[in-house]
Amino acid sequence: MSARMVEVRAKVLKQNDLLARALRERFRREGTCVVGLVSSPGSGKTAFLEKLLAGLARDSRVAALVGDLATENDAARLRRATPNVRQINTGTVCHLDAQMVEKALESWRLDRIDFLFIENVGNLVCPSSYDLGEELRFVLLSATEGEDKPLKYPTIFNSSDVAIITKMDLAEAAEFDLPAARRNIESVRPGMHVFEVSAKTGLGMQAVFDLLHAQLARARQPQMAATR
Amino acid sequence: MHELSIAISMIDQITEESESRGGLDVEAVHLKLGAFSGVDKEALLFAYELACEGSLLEGSRLVIETIPLVIYCATCQKDRVPPSLYQLSCPECGSPGQKIVSGREIEVASLEIAA
Repeated sequence: MSARMVEVRAKVLKQNDLLARALRERFRREGTCVVGLVSSPGSGKTAFLEKLLAGLARDSRVAALVGDLATENDAARLRRATPNVRQINTGTVCHLDAQMVEKALESWRLDRIDFLFIENVGNLVCPSSYDLGEELRFVLLSATEGEDKPLKYPTIFNSSDVAIITKMDLAEAAEFDLPAARRNIESVRPGMHVFEVSAKTGLGMQAVFDLLHAQLARARQPQMAATR
Repeated sequence: MHELSIAISMIDQITEESESRGGLDVEAVHLKLGAFSGVDKEALLFAYELACEGSLLEGSRLVIETIPLVIYCATCQKDRVPPSLYQLSCPECGSPGQKIVSGREIEVASLEIAA
């Protein structure tokens, strides 16, 4: 018995990609700057996001979606900076997908949000395959993790737009080799922007605020021109 | 371990494909998997078998073709295979490769149907 071949040529994550594209168009239409955050567990995503929200909330409208397998702990922490925080519990799933994001946004008026952050589940592998419709993806690497993380997880670093080195206040104690870390990031994602921050001391945060404000201004420019 | 999610997406997709063609008796699924897709081949083979249980694809084989990572070297103006997955530079001239040509695919290429 011989078999016959049927050509299919279909992307397995097509549904996710289509939904992510629709979300991205919606975010652009509404003028919301959307940033995804990915990192390993314990790299300081939530502390960094807490500082981002608090800093940006001084002159902007901010919101966040936080993904975790379980608990509402992170959302509760972030609500100290803004009430616009929703937790996404993924259960056993190790990443967020576009459908979870779309569902979590329900009833939110995006046109009243300047910056929306999507904190992914702490994981440097799985989130790299799923587009969430974000405009920028930040990958976080803490000074206490070791400089070779980018080499070990090249796909997630390559799928991100900006690298944030966190916990820089601990760099000396951890004997963190900053030039090596920068070299390794450059090796897996040539030309990537790198920021060094400490959420604890506030070091380097202003540069990140500036980047985000510039991104928002850029995103809104063509829209303003179109309405004129 | 998102290979199970990937396997389930695949099965949904193929089931839909089969229905649109009036029902197919699928013996094997041929998948193109990029070396830079973030999906592990062995884990996906394992997850596929689990996910197929009780589905249209139960008993089918998954055949994975690995697609190498290829970058574009703007200096040589040529597609190049970088020295490793964690060194995205041109093996000839050493220029950084900012553009990925292939290696991210997770794509069902074809289905083998019982005659």
